[in-house]
Amino acid sequence: MMADQRPDPDSLLERVQRAEAKRRRGNLKVFFGASAGVGKTFGMLLAARERRAEGLDVVAGYVETHKRAETEQLLEGLEVLPPRLVEYRDTQLREFDLDAALKRHPALILVDELAHTNAPGSRHPKRWQDVEELLESGIDVYTAVNVQHIESLNDVVSQITGIPVWETVPDAVLEGANEIELIDLPPDELLQRLKEGKVYLPQQAERAAQNFFRKGNLIALRELALRRTADRVDAQMRDYREDHAIQNVWQVKERMLVCIGPGGSAENLVRAAYRLAQLLKAEWIVLYVETAKLQHLSKEQRDAVLRTLKLAEELGAETVTLGGRKLSEEVISYARTRNATRIVLGKPTLSGWKRWLLGSLVDSIVRQASDIDIHVVGKESDFLSQTRENPYFSRSRLYLGLESGEQRPLFKWRADYFWAIAATAVCTFVAWFMVGHFDLANLIMVYLLGVVVVAARYGRGPSALSSFLSVVLFDFFFVPPRFSFAVSDTQYLITFAVMLLVALVISSMTASTRHQAKIAGHRERRIASLYAMSRELTATRGEENIVRIAVKHMAEVFEAQAVILLPNETGRIVYPKGEGSAQSSHGSDLSVAQWVYDHGQMAGQGTDTLPGGEMVYLPLKASSGMIGVLALLPLNPARLALPEQQRLLETFVSQIALALERVKLAAEAHSSQLKMETEQLRNSLLSAISHDLRTPLAAIVGASSSLVRNEDKLDDHARHELSLAIYDEATRMAGLANNLLDMARLEAGAVVLNRQWQPLEEVVGGALAGLTARMVNHPVTVKLPHDLPLVEIDSLLIERVFANLLENAVKYTPPGTPVEISAATGSNELVVTVSDQGRGIPAGEEKQIFEKFYRVTSEGNQGGAGLGLSICRSIVEAHGGRIWADNLPSGGAAFHFALPLTEPPPMIEHEEIAES
Amino acid sequence: MNNPATIIVIEDEAQIRRFLRTTLASEGYKVIEAETGKQGLSEATTRKPDLIVLDLGLPDMDGVEVVKELRTWSSVPIIILSARSQESDKISALDAGAGDYLVKPFGVGELLARIRVALRHVSSTANGEEEGVFSVDELKVDMIHRKVTVSGIDVHLTPIEYRLLTVLVKHAGKVLTHRLLLKEVWGPNYVERAHYLRIYMGILRHKLEKDPARPRFLLTEVGVGYRLAAV
Repeated sequence: MMADQRPDPDSLLERVQRAEAKRRRGNLKVFFGASAGVGKTFGMLLAARERRAEGLDVVAGYVETHKRAETEQLLEGLEVLPPRLVEYRDTQLREFDLDAALKRHPALILVDELAHTNAPGSRHPKRWQDVEELLESGIDVYTAVNVQHIESLNDVVSQITGIPVWETVPDAVLEGANEIELIDLPPDELLQRLKEGKVYLPQQAERAAQNFFRKGNLIALRELALRRTADRVDAQMRDYREDHAIQNVWQVKERMLVCIGPGGSAENLVRAAYRLAQLLKAEWIVLYVETAKLQHLSKEQRDAVLRTLKLAEELGAETVTLGGRKLSEEVISYARTRNATRIVLGKPTLSGWKRWLLGSLVDSIVRQASDIDIHVVGKESDFLSQTRENPYFSRSRLYLGLESGEQRPLFKWRADYFWAIAATAVCTFVAWFMVGHFDLANLIMVYLLGVVVVAARYGRGPSALSSFLSVVLFDFFFVPPRFSFAVSDTQYLITFAVMLLVALVISSMTASTRHQAKIAGHRERRIASLYAMSRELTATRGEENIVRIAVKHMAEVFEAQAVILLPNETGRIVYPKGEGSAQSSHGSDLSVAQWVYDHGQMAGQGTDTLPGGEMVYLPLKASSGMIGVLALLPLNPARLALPEQQRLLETFVSQIALALERVKLAAEAHSSQLKMETEQLRNSLLSAISHDLRTPLAAIVGASSSLVRNEDKLDDHARHELSLAIYDEATRMAGLANNLLDMARLEAGAVVLNRQWQPLEEVVGGALAGLTARMVNHPVTVKLPHDLPLVEIDSLLIERVFANLLENAVKYTPPGTPVEISAATGSNELVVTVSDQGRGIPAGEEKQIFEKFYRVTSEGNQGGAGLGLSICRSIVEAHGGRIWADNLPSGGAAFHFALPLTEPPPMIEHEEIAES
Repeated sequence: MNNPATIIVIEDEAQIRRFLRTTLASEGYKVIEAETGKQGLSEATTRKPDLIVLDLGLPDMDGVEVVKELRTWSSVPIIILSARSQESDKISALDAGAGDYLVKPFGVGELLARIRVALRHVSSTANGEEEGVFSVDELKVDMIHRKVTVSGIDVHLTPIEYRLLTVLVKHAGKVLTHRLLLKEVWGPNYVERAHYLRIYMGILRHKLEKDPARPRFLLTEVGVGYRLAAV
């Protein structure tokens, strides 16, 4: 039965996402053929004309008609985008104009020859990348490609035809196509067309036919193309089944681990693995283990490894580089952590007794991983690996990266070898004095010690030299007959052999340990540098600081000039503001940076996009999206291409992006909080002011209008009453205005304390004098000790504190209740208390009452904007003091403020002591 | 004073001028209004006023400059009107020779009291009368006999305390800045040592006042100086 089950939510979501991604992107239709001349361009144009007839906006972006009459006929009536003309080595190349196409933005564009390599200096090295960008911007694309250009089939095609193909298209491009139309033509018909001159121009046809258009070739290519298309149909079928929740048989996902080495056959291995992965519908991981031995490969060999890893990525593999001591152990442990079901290896390069003696990776893995399937892939012919080179790469690379294993320039470090010889000579010298007193066996120990020392200090080569030399010198100087290489007793030959073997083993092991230590050191430095940066980054606030720290560390760790380019509000990348950054940003190209920012992909040197530049542009991606672009001008670009450097760079970049994102989010949070607070403040201010200003104003306007209009009718008493009302209310408003003004000045930090040494008594007196009218109903007692020291305060402001506290007491206590002002010196501070005998402060509001616009909840219409106490707090805090409130045990509230007494008051010359 | 005193009001705010004009005219003063500092100065030269009420915040020139300009040729008493944000200007104006000040908003009672003090002071000095005895309520300062009594009881003062008191008595009712007092009592080298003045003022209060925290005679003008109550 067809189980029409409910699809599980995850896969449903995936399906929706896939559909959405496809909807945003333009649709890609590929006209796929077995070889040139099958009529791909023709078919494409036919289809385009149909679309146009349907009313679609169709533009021919780039169409290669090869001057074929029937094709050119089809092109008539279609809008053709003029090609971009590029000067290259004295010839003028016609290239597809990507920018013009993006600007024109048709619904459908025709871009022929997907595998074409763009002229140097173009934005992308390959045309398929142009097409990708078109699709990204939502333009539908029709394109054409031949089977020999498919990356994974490339080597097979070369094997079939014997002709290397330079231009390839990653399989992912084809797999991502919405539609593939196979343009099929039987080989005989194709050959016929060729003969008729319909395919190439007549003069070219002959040569091309001889080389490529052999019937055998064409049959094989046709088969490849058909199979490829069938694979694709199969894949679509599979998608369909997944989409419609049809349980399929291959539920268990295969995961394949492919181990590559530095040899030239690595690429072959990757291609083979890709085909295998396709067949098995398996995920695949390409692993490169960098052992101590592989650490000192030549630059070219490392480049070859990098290229292979990149190829694997293009073919859809996940690539991993690990550092490790022993290859087989690393491979197996990694395979286990990733639950790999298969391991793919290259065929061992050693054979016969060497393989038996030294062992091979395949053997040890087969031995150790009994539960994992092992695939061993055969070696490709050298011819093919040579032809795999890109024509734009230097020719000399053809000869490099083919030799496997390590080959270090001999005697490169002459000094090392010199010291090896010297050490052995010293050993001989020491042994010279031992001879006669000690057994010959003990002399051997001296030599072995020498070998160990040399190995530890100078590595493998010098220690091997030292081993041989030791044996020779030992024989010459000490083995009887002495001072000759002759040996009296044949048993010494065994001594020599064992001595040599032991010396070599020791030297090898010591040297290996030394390498391990070196690698560990490298690794430690990497981690340390990363740690150093992340530690600084986490401790930093502010975008500018993060940028500064990031640039500094990038410069240190990668020996590169770094610039962090951030977008402005409109998403345009701009040069960094601020001093000192101008120099470091010199040379960075904003348009490239913008591209990187928009596309989230790397660009610049060593990448797929604009590889011609000197700088590398890396996107700073964080969880919330693109943050900016890191532009790097490496002093040593090759070094930056090393896998471990790449990994380190990635980590650095993500650290920087995270730090910048953190700052961005914090700033956003802060500003929104600030906005909210400001909003709140404004609201409470508005409501307070509208109430507290309107009430007295209403009274003033009412009373004064009455005075103006009814002047004659009012008796003296009424007139007086009205005038008094106006006066009182106006005074109240004046008080409010003063408070608001004070608050605003204190808040703005505009108040500079005018600190002078003051007796507190005088300040209290000033406050009381100003409040005489208001304090009529509240007797105030002042209890100040006689020996109160002078305090350094701004008397005007502290007077305000007293005045506000006293007014507060008046406001909240019934008439007739007394108020007391007292003071006492504590440790290093003067504590002043203003207490009343009213109802006290409602429990729990002791702190809030000092907040702006806060009014005690139980309060009726007491007037005032709730600013008095908050002004007190601002003033006291400006003096470095503190203010608080509590309730007295006897009832009533007590407000305290403490002023610091840190400096001793100034002395004065007393003159009256003698007299008084 | 038979003929009414002439007062020039230099103030740019029309409403304040209006209120001052009505109030002062109803009190029997002759009021001349000036909107700007320049106008005020020219009025001062032609009208020979008995008193000038000067607002510090003028549109054309600094009020302190007006005081300085006036003081170059006239000793006419000047009462400053200032807003709360003009603390330092106020003190500068007083140091430059203005006799008194009022902070806006102020009541008519206060203004009239200040005007009376200023005019009386002018008349007393103009008449060349050196008052031998000053008295307010129970405080009596006999400068001829160098004797100070409170409610008839002798108060012993040190030379500096006495000198401080006499300076205040000479300008009774007027505000005296810290600077001026320090200069008069201790000498020009002491003008920055305000704490001397404060300490001595504290001592004087304890000797003369019933409740030193709420002085009756030795009044504090916070941030500006002191004033001896004249009435």
